[in-house]
Amino acid sequence: MSQIISLSSLQTIRPEVREQMKQTLADHQGCGTSGGSGKSSCGSSAGPADMAPEIWEKVKNHPCYSEEAHHHYARMHVAVAPACNIQCNYCNRKYDCANESRPGVVSEKLTPEQAARKVLAVASTIPQMTVLGIAGPGDSLANPAKTFETFERISKVAPDIKLCLSTNGLALPELVPMIKNYNVDHVTITINMVDPEVGEQIYPWIFYKNKRWKGRDAAKILTERQLEGLELLTSAGILAKINSVMIPGINDQHLIEVNKAVKSRGAFLHNIMPLISEAEHGTYFGLNGQRGPTAQELKALQDACEGDMNMMRHCRQCRADAVGLLGEDRSAEFTLEKLMEKTEIEYDLEARKAYQELVEAERQDKVAAREKEMAEMASVESDTKILIAVATKGGGRINEHFGHAKEFQIYEVSTAGAKFVGHRRVDLYCQGGYGEEEGLDTIIRAINDCTAVFVAKIGGCPKNDLQAAGIDPVDAYAFEYIEQSALAYFKDYVARVESGELVHTARGDAQIRQGAFAA
Amino acid sequence: MAYKIIASQCTACSACEPVCPNAAISQKKGVFVINPVDCTECEGQYDEPQCAAVCPVDNTCVPR
Repeated sequence: MSQIISLSSLQTIRPEVREQMKQTLADHQGCGTSGGSGKSSCGSSAGPADMAPEIWEKVKNHPCYSEEAHHHYARMHVAVAPACNIQCNYCNRKYDCANESRPGVVSEKLTPEQAARKVLAVASTIPQMTVLGIAGPGDSLANPAKTFETFERISKVAPDIKLCLSTNGLALPELVPMIKNYNVDHVTITINMVDPEVGEQIYPWIFYKNKRWKGRDAAKILTERQLEGLELLTSAGILAKINSVMIPGINDQHLIEVNKAVKSRGAFLHNIMPLISEAEHGTYFGLNGQRGPTAQELKALQDACEGDMNMMRHCRQCRADAVGLLGEDRSAEFTLEKLMEKTEIEYDLEARKAYQELVEAERQDKVAAREKEMAEMASVESDTKILIAVATKGGGRINEHFGHAKEFQIYEVSTAGAKFVGHRRVDLYCQGGYGEEEGLDTIIRAINDCTAVFVAKIGGCPKNDLQAAGIDPVDAYAFEYIEQSALAYFKDYVARVESGELVHTARGDAQIRQGAFAA
Repeated sequence: MAYKIIASQCTACSACEPVCPNAAISQKKGVFVINPVDCTECEGQYDEPQCAAVCPVDNTCVPR
């Protein structure tokens, strides 16, 4: 069994933290170590057998910490934290943060009391909503009073909901004991660099100790605070996820260093996200023509960092008031106005539990189906790897019509298994109606690196165009489990290549759509 | 000797409110305003006016 972090790498860490970290790291060992092609996200395979029980217990229903869970469980964010203490070049505060929320739309800011009400309403409507996060629209810990009052209120009315927060880390070190007190056991820190020379190109300024710091000084303080905060989280037994924005030409290669630095300090999961950058977002990067990465550039960097750490590839870079499964946003159903119309909201803990037991049974069934298919894979010999795009509404099944898909989930399939490696959003292009040529071209560009696309249903016209582009449209597995179907397709694909019926060709690159959900 | 907030540029993020050492900032009609009677421009308290140092929009917290 591989060890996530070598003990020698702990030598750079303060001694008092080191001992506690060793214990936490020991707990992390073995998480997600299935398959020969390296780790997939923690919990993406069977689950409990893959990791220490106490870690599994923390992540199994958390859509952001477990790739497997994100097909079944939903999260919500409440926008109670508008203030921020740093400026990032990919963020324009006039329009919220472009990388964390939909640009161009200012979120409805909530008071902690309104937020608690919203959580009750959502939890009653969406029983698979298991996680409440505070992610802004500014920085959760730059608004500590609002953030912790919200947690306090929610933990009283909805004790089964997991609490988490996301922060830039500047204010984190002193607040770790508070975070622990409120039983927040998931914290995300956005770390884009560990070298101030890189950092000064990303952060124009920070506000720290009653002073605005600029340039390299600002970046130096920020990186020190972030890493110290991470060490303290690890020693407190709080799971830490690291978000990094991949900015080609600025920190793309450097993120390998960031990955090593956070891994050695006990981070549980690393999430490298593509820069979202368009002139109309009004960000420094957008206005200066800084581009985001292509799909294959992003995947190559994630693969390079994967070695022995869990990489998150299912992040949807959702807005600070998002509601629902990661691929959807139901926030429009729960506006402040609608919440205030309701007088009394009933919180039915038992109904939620019953629903979640059904979800668990489905998950077990899905895993069994996959294991059965994998057992048959043992007889297949091939070096081939293909990508498959999947139209899904969630639940781990192929259950979405091609024309209705707002995103495609991407699986890499080989004899080692079917692994979730990302997703491609296509929603904006569908607004003009389905079957339109331009919309179809943009979908093809988004999944151009895939050999096949799995759908529940597809019309004749797009079918022909996909075939012409070299992508196999497949509706034979409609409503079946994704992984099981992908493995079955792969076996058939290899057999057809061997028989000479078709020739395996390497696919090209694909485009990452700019901008966030327009759901 | 006081600062003001240019209302049309204020994003109502509230960052300035808690950093003001004189509790001179409050929310009015959706945006934040500085009470000139209480504002000291942070003189003798900090090196720079705290509201201007933390504000995410340049030239929004400015001298009256």
